Amino acid sequence: MAKIEEITRGVLAGDRRSIARAITIIENNTAEAKKLIASIYPRTGKAHIIGLTGPSGSGKSTLIEKIVREYRRRGKTVGVIAVDPTSPFTGGAFLGDRIRMQELSTDQGVFIRSMATRNYSGGLAKVTKDAVKVLDAAGKDIILVETVGAGQSEVEIIKVAQTTVVVHAPGLGDEIQAIKAGLMEIADIFVVNKADRENADKAVTDIQSILQLNNKETAWKPPILKTTALTGEGVPQLIEKLEEHRRFLEKETERKRTLGKAEAELIEAIEEKVVGSIIEDLKKQGKFEELLQKIIERKIDPASAAEKLLRGKFKKAE
Amino acid sequence: MQSKRKIRVLIAKPGLDSHDRGAKVVARALRDAGMEVIYTGLRQTPEQIVQTALQEDVDVIGLSILSGAHKALFPRIMELLRQEGLMDIMVFAGGIIPEEDIKEMKKLGVKEIFGPGTPTEKIIQFVFENMPKRT
Repeated sequence: MAKIEEITRGVLAGDRRSIARAITIIENNTAEAKKLIASIYPRTGKAHIIGLTGPSGSGKSTLIEKIVREYRRRGKTVGVIAVDPTSPFTGGAFLGDRIRMQELSTDQGVFIRSMATRNYSGGLAKVTKDAVKVLDAAGKDIILVETVGAGQSEVEIIKVAQTTVVVHAPGLGDEIQAIKAGLMEIADIFVVNKADRENADKAVTDIQSILQLNNKETAWKPPILKTTALTGEGVPQLIEKLEEHRRFLEKETERKRTLGKAEAELIEAIEEKVVGSIIEDLKKQGKFEELLQKIIERKIDPASAAEKLLRGKFKKAE
Repeated sequence: MQSKRKIRVLIAKPGLDSHDRGAKVVARALRDAGMEVIYTGLRQTPEQIVQTALQEDVDVIGLSILSGAHKALFPRIMELLRQEGLMDIMVFAGGIIPEEDIKEMKKLGVKEIFGPGTPTEKIIQFVFENMPKRT
């Protein structure tokens, strides 16, 4: 394989093969991944990152295909990352989101990548945000991230996306229940897809009524749009809203949001480093193995064991 | 490093076949063997297959074909892979391919061809054993 420097240069030049390789390197989380991210990071921050989430069967992939087409019509380049779940039993994954997007695969202005969660929770893969950075640094104007079919707790997307679109469809059963909790709170834009179905208007009113319960004063009121992804109806209007949200972010809260996102990322990076080094340290002390054995023998529970191990560690701080 | 590496496989159906039962069975078997399987559905052009393989950075491509058009489609796919510099991807095929064509297809660079009734275990084992070495 080409050297990491070569891949980095390729990414920055928008070379498709390099982009593909870079994402693989990041997915496999090799030592090179950190180097790669570090060197492309200064060139990121230009793309509009849009997340699409919502229950399985709401038509996210089909809608993405139409969104990409509309952006292409407007002369934008687009990257897509479509996430599907990894089986917790076999470690394998069936990545089928592309089925709905295959006609785009030969468009040189579009780059689509399927990604397995590799057992990360929250509806994304652990490295999705870094893969987004690769597409961003490669010069894509718009980056669409499709989460796994999400219920209530798959809200990781807001750490990655600037604009989050929650896609719902009438007749999925359980109606609005499915997006009641977490997903309701993270939406910048609601889409009721499959709007040609008869109970589409009811889905819109359902969302409206829940939104009205929320009496927080916010500068951005999430609009509710109807689309029919199969025909593309409503998609231009959706793009208008996405653009509007982008302008809103730029004007008002861009700085704050970016700050929040940067903070979350920094904290996560610190956690990873700190936890890793602490565990390594503890393992060296021998007590680790001893307590492990005790846990297996049910002589101590894991939480107490952790406390025991860490007691000495943070004495200074207390 | 190698142990962390997931095998990524593209299962693709070139040409005008009207069903993809066999392809899905193979896709599922490879998934259950711990691989990440990208599936693109029916009626793929050689261009779409190769561009997908490039974007997805796959290690392996499995082509499934029933229509008899392999003699037209496989050379095109192999040629496009060459053009894109993707010759390190291992390509295998399955479906209805007459005995007398197999040699010719292998000469093009198709590593193995599995006929109807091949046990999926055999395909899994083949993929593991013939995974291209990349660092």
